[in-house]
Amino acid sequence: MMKSFMQPEHTLELVCPAGSLPALKVAVDNGADCVYLGFRDDTNARNFTGLNFDASTAQKGVEYAHSKGTRVFLALNTYPRAAGWERWKKAIDQAADLGMDAVILADPGLMQYAMKAHPRLHLHLSVQASATNYEAINFYHEHFGIRRAVLPRVLSFAQVEELSGGTPVELELFGFGGLCVMAEGRCSLSSYVTGESPNNCGVCSPPKAVRWQQTPGGLESRLNGVLIDRYADEENAGYPTLCKGRFEVGGETYYAMEEPTSLNTLELLPELLRIKVRGLKIEGRQRSPAYVAQVTRVWREAIDQCMKDPPGFKVKAAWSAELGKISEGQQHTLGAYHRPWK
Amino acid sequence: MKLALGPNLYYWPRERLQAFYQEIAATPVDIVYLGETVCSRRHVMRLSDWLEVAKMLAAAGKEVVLSTLTLIESESDLKSMRRITENGELTVEANDMGAVHRLEGRVPFIAGPYLNIYNPQTLELIASYGARRWVMPVEMSLQSLQPLQQSRPAGMETEVFSYGRLPLAFSSRCFNARFHNLPKDDCRFLCINEPDGKTMRTREGKPFLVINGTQTQSALVHNLIGDLDSLHDAGVDVVRISPQSEHSAAIIRLFRDSIAQRVSRENALQQIESLLPEAGCNGYWHGQPGMEQAFHASAVQHE
Repeated sequence: MMKSFMQPEHTLELVCPAGSLPALKVAVDNGADCVYLGFRDDTNARNFTGLNFDASTAQKGVEYAHSKGTRVFLALNTYPRAAGWERWKKAIDQAADLGMDAVILADPGLMQYAMKAHPRLHLHLSVQASATNYEAINFYHEHFGIRRAVLPRVLSFAQVEELSGGTPVELELFGFGGLCVMAEGRCSLSSYVTGESPNNCGVCSPPKAVRWQQTPGGLESRLNGVLIDRYADEENAGYPTLCKGRFEVGGETYYAMEEPTSLNTLELLPELLRIKVRGLKIEGRQRSPAYVAQVTRVWREAIDQCMKDPPGFKVKAAWSAELGKISEGQQHTLGAYHRPWK
Repeated sequence: MKLALGPNLYYWPRERLQAFYQEIAATPVDIVYLGETVCSRRHVMRLSDWLEVAKMLAAAGKEVVLSTLTLIESESDLKSMRRITENGELTVEANDMGAVHRLEGRVPFIAGPYLNIYNPQTLELIASYGARRWVMPVEMSLQSLQPLQQSRPAGMETEVFSYGRLPLAFSSRCFNARFHNLPKDDCRFLCINEPDGKTMRTREGKPFLVINGTQTQSALVHNLIGDLDSLHDAGVDVVRISPQSEHSAAIIRLFRDSIAQRVSRENALQQIESLLPEAGCNGYWHGQPGMEQAFHASAVQHE
């Protein structure tokens, strides 16, 4: 019994987003154990204008991170169609050449290519692969030797714990940032409205489809013509991610799918440590370096405190306040980890 | 081309389901997919009940397939999934890689539309695990499908979701329960009162999506009856129709007549109009946003 009160042997790694070289540097400087980044095209799930890395900045990023002992993962987590196959394949080759510490993949065909062409390259299973149970994770482990799986944000904490007992694969969980209410990799809402989906194009509710218009009824946000929300003067308008708009069901207008809210699992840290979750992932490659610095700093401090003394861990009000300032919609939720959310 | 009736995505009372499949047995459909693919809490039909229905359909000459749940989260979900993959009688449609893991190398299976097979390399892999048919992801276009058809593994059949409200997203959250301000664990199974789901409209009253428990569907009805020529030319083997509470038998017959060219495409499009629960769309097949209605090749030629 005493053992659980001792310092844990297990390490929970802080995995931070890097949408640019400056963001990568501040993540490293503020204590990220790992950073993840994508190339500047549709091979990754944050394919936004002005974001991501070309070969030269990726090399600088890897050098900088490695010089400070931080590992670098490449997100290559969209599903290539036949026409794009060579580009995705080349991205895997580049990751190996650049000395990336792992590639995060969703497509089985790509996993097989990576395993055969670069047997020493570590493979992580992307959240986009929708692996929500250990049978699925073990499938990827047995066929492609994946070492880590990032879990979709749909499982309750009890389900995560149950899952962790059924697989030898390391688990990485989303801890903070944007919240997908739908199972990742199983959502085509964006392509239904705009023609571009996370699975194929690496985007959800893409900015080029967004229109804002001031009307007598309020400020309207539209996505390819579809009214996502309308804001009264005193309301804060949010980005029209289509699952976070207000719609009418049975005569009631409300956030029918999800409020504009952020995931924040600070209070779950001791539990995550107890069930030996390996990676704590911060969402937000599309966010600014200032955001990344702030979030990384708070989470570094929180994880360090928790690892020192798990039973004594308490969420500091200052952490929550700082994270609250920068969250989407300025609201926090434990998401699906907390069963009643469902 | 063969005609398939996909798994019923809604929650209907047991008697209604049984009557529905009695009616289906008399239609010219070749393949029927059975089972609960959306929510593990839905329980009016046990596996033994599905097997009963399967027996009745098989006696009517139908190929019957049992579909697994799509979002498999808990140990009890895994248990129900294994009961299906190990049923020992019927072919299984795997809708999650966990199900593929249980089936691979043991029995031939169908790779469902949620396995995200987007390229020839992945299709080849799935074939090597024992898939003999695959269902294209709903958001895939004809153009993206073609290269997979050209390099298709030997013996692999291709099925395309061709009629019905599009199953667009899965969540662990139940949006019906949310509408009723109930926790999912105490949902009271109110989705049973919505035989075609519950329509979600934009704030200007346009039908946008449909809530079906944990699944989100398109409000518009994906309808490729006017695109059967391009399905045929692309070498599609199976055309999938998704069940709805009314007119499914008539829709099957219309597709059958249209495939057999007993009615013209234009005529079929006109006739199906009154059977749609909402306006139609076919954008995905044409490489456009799914909600859009593209011109049909034949219509374009007439201009």
